[in-house]
Amino acid sequence: MQTANLLPLVLVLAVVAYGLAYMRSRAVAAPLGGIRNLKALPFYYAARAALWCAIPALLVLAAWAGFEGKVIQGIVIASLPQDVWPESPGQASLILSQISNVAAGKLNPEFVPEHIAGAASVLEAMENKSGNFKAALVLLVAVSGAAFAWTRVSPHINARVNVETTLRRIFFVCAALAVLTTAGIVFSVIIETVRFFGRVPISDFLFSTSWSPQTALRADQVGSEGAFGVIPLFTGTLLISAIALLVAVPVGLLSAIYLSEYASKRVRSTAKPVLEMLAGIPTVVYGFFAALTVAPFIRDLAEAVGLEASSQSALAAGLVMGIMIVPFVSSLSDDVINAVPQSMRDGSLALGATQSETMKKVIFPAALPGIIGGILLAASRAIGETMIVVMAAGLAANLTANPLESVTTVTVQVATLLVGDQEFDSAKTLSAFALGMLLFLVTLLLNVIALKIVRKYREQYD
Amino acid sequence: MNTMNPTVTSEADMPEETIVPVQEERPAETVIEEGKTVGHPFSDDPKFKLRNVEVFYGQDRAIKNISLDIGRNEVIAFIGPSGCGKSTFLRCLNRMNDSIDICRVKGQLAIDDHDIYDPKRDVVELRARVGMVFQKPNPFPKSIYDNVAYGPRIHGLANRKSDLDEIVENSLRKAGLWDEAKDRLDAIATGMSGGQQQRLCIARAIAVSPEVILMDEPCSALDPIATAKVEELIAEMSESYTIVIVTHSMQQAARVSHRTAYFHLGHLVEVNETNKVFTSPEHELTESYITGRFG
Repeated sequence: MQTANLLPLVLVLAVVAYGLAYMRSRAVAAPLGGIRNLKALPFYYAARAALWCAIPALLVLAAWAGFEGKVIQGIVIASLPQDVWPESPGQASLILSQISNVAAGKLNPEFVPEHIAGAASVLEAMENKSGNFKAALVLLVAVSGAAFAWTRVSPHINARVNVETTLRRIFFVCAALAVLTTAGIVFSVIIETVRFFGRVPISDFLFSTSWSPQTALRADQVGSEGAFGVIPLFTGTLLISAIALLVAVPVGLLSAIYLSEYASKRVRSTAKPVLEMLAGIPTVVYGFFAALTVAPFIRDLAEAVGLEASSQSALAAGLVMGIMIVPFVSSLSDDVINAVPQSMRDGSLALGATQSETMKKVIFPAALPGIIGGILLAASRAIGETMIVVMAAGLAANLTANPLESVTTVTVQVATLLVGDQEFDSAKTLSAFALGMLLFLVTLLLNVIALKIVRKYREQYD
Repeated sequence: MNTMNPTVTSEADMPEETIVPVQEERPAETVIEEGKTVGHPFSDDPKFKLRNVEVFYGQDRAIKNISLDIGRNEVIAFIGPSGCGKSTFLRCLNRMNDSIDICRVKGQLAIDDHDIYDPKRDVVELRARVGMVFQKPNPFPKSIYDNVAYGPRIHGLANRKSDLDEIVENSLRKAGLWDEAKDRLDAIATGMSGGQQQRLCIARAIAVSPEVILMDEPCSALDPIATAKVEELIAEMSESYTIVIVTHSMQQAARVSHRTAYFHLGHLVEVNETNKVFTSPEHELTESYITGRFG
């Protein structure tokens, strides 16, 4: 039986177990004078039965599904005649994919060597057998789990404690999954980064000023030596992020001040969600807005005043990105400004300060740490942004501070390095991981600083 | 609003003997005549002249036709049960109600015969003359020095640093805080004790040389010792300022004020010499309140 069918079946069994245990607990309670004489409510007995039914069965199912493939592959390979045994893992996976194609009927058995066709029938037989075993085992576990829980429906056993404990563990597993995934990603990036530094010295990577990640496919190719200097990419990232922040910080901050201190309730209740909607626009939409509207406009404008401008420019990407991150600044600043106690405003106003003096001298300094936290979050968003830059700022790794030229960023390079068919062991591909690692470290640092500041801010009042 | 209605409804389900006897003694019907205040609400030398004042929060009428004079260099205490409008009325005097969108003030309110609610009136100037101290100490999270210097700075009261130093020192002295604070003027004010913070807020208010100081339950967040210090301070300040104090403590009103005004459900029921209010109140509601029958 397929896993896809087995899963709902187990869930149905769990529901049945729930219902049966529920009725059983009421039946047990009835002669004692009602459910108040049970240690726990019927719901808990029922939930425990459902958990006993579903969890072990699902664990068995997961374990089986995890190991099934490897075991069957091993058996299939072993069933091949000795003289055609694969010599390398690559060859083995080639043969296996051929075999499974034959078994799945995508490849006519007449077109493949006899031993492949033989192995295909072995594979088919094994898969059938495995499927049946799996179904039988899972159902057995489910039913016996439910049966066990059924026998434990008793007025003396406190099912509530069991259910609570189990739920706590389930929550823990979910939380652990998220943490482990993060750790796994970081770990794999680190491994690849170390491999990359085996080919390109770390000093070249960090301090060289030229980026041209083309490595030769053939030995006699021109420019066979790639250049992996990260500096032009980081200056590009910095340039675009700086432009973005130059737009986002004043606009975001001033709009936050307007919304929190000056706007009437009605204006605020409409303007704030609309402003936050900016954050919900897909970045690719911003990207074509930047590439098709803003970039040509900037080029024409620059030409009109006699400056030379590329049709893709850091300025275009930075401006549009700035608009995109306005809500990060404004929304967070608005929150911290609102968090400044009303008593501070009253204190200042009662001394005869105007609203803007109060803002400038009392509220803004008090909210400053939180505002900086918001700005840093916006900055890490800007640094990590890819789509707008790909579309509006180009791919050329120019080392320049001129916002009218086209530049590229770390994220854009990561994206382009991994797009299309790539060898996964060339310096070019591996450099993407090194870039990713570096970017991760930078944004991590920014986030840590932001969190520190926000935490410090929290201690300021009361 | 723990006045009368809630207890009346619960009486029905209570067994006879658990009814608090006080409830039965309370006069069955006390009619408050709107706009009618017993005692002496008016003054020969008024600092504030307030006539037919009404305050609305949206549709709610929080202050119902109150007329009152507040004399020059007088300490007047506003007392009354929670929610009776004392604080609302107090906040009309320096237009602190302006920042509440739904709040509207009607009637004639004048300070030194100048209309407080004149649309052309400069609120900044008004508030510089009418300082305020709040219920909860609210020093800015700045240094002690900067807290006191805040008002003088925004009003340009000092041309030189030495002038400012002098204002800060004088204000802290008047607030009885100089000896405790002189060695740590650069310390963050929020690190002081509650009583010190409240005296700092008083120093901050004094620093702009106001004519009037409004105090909205200035001691309700303080312990008895800090309260005693603040009360002492009020007594000293009464020589040079007009002080309006809202308080829940009748002892406090009795100790610091010259006249006492009793508010009830938005009405100003009685205004009299403090002695008279606490020894022989004219209105039965006042009597019920000060004898602790409700409030």
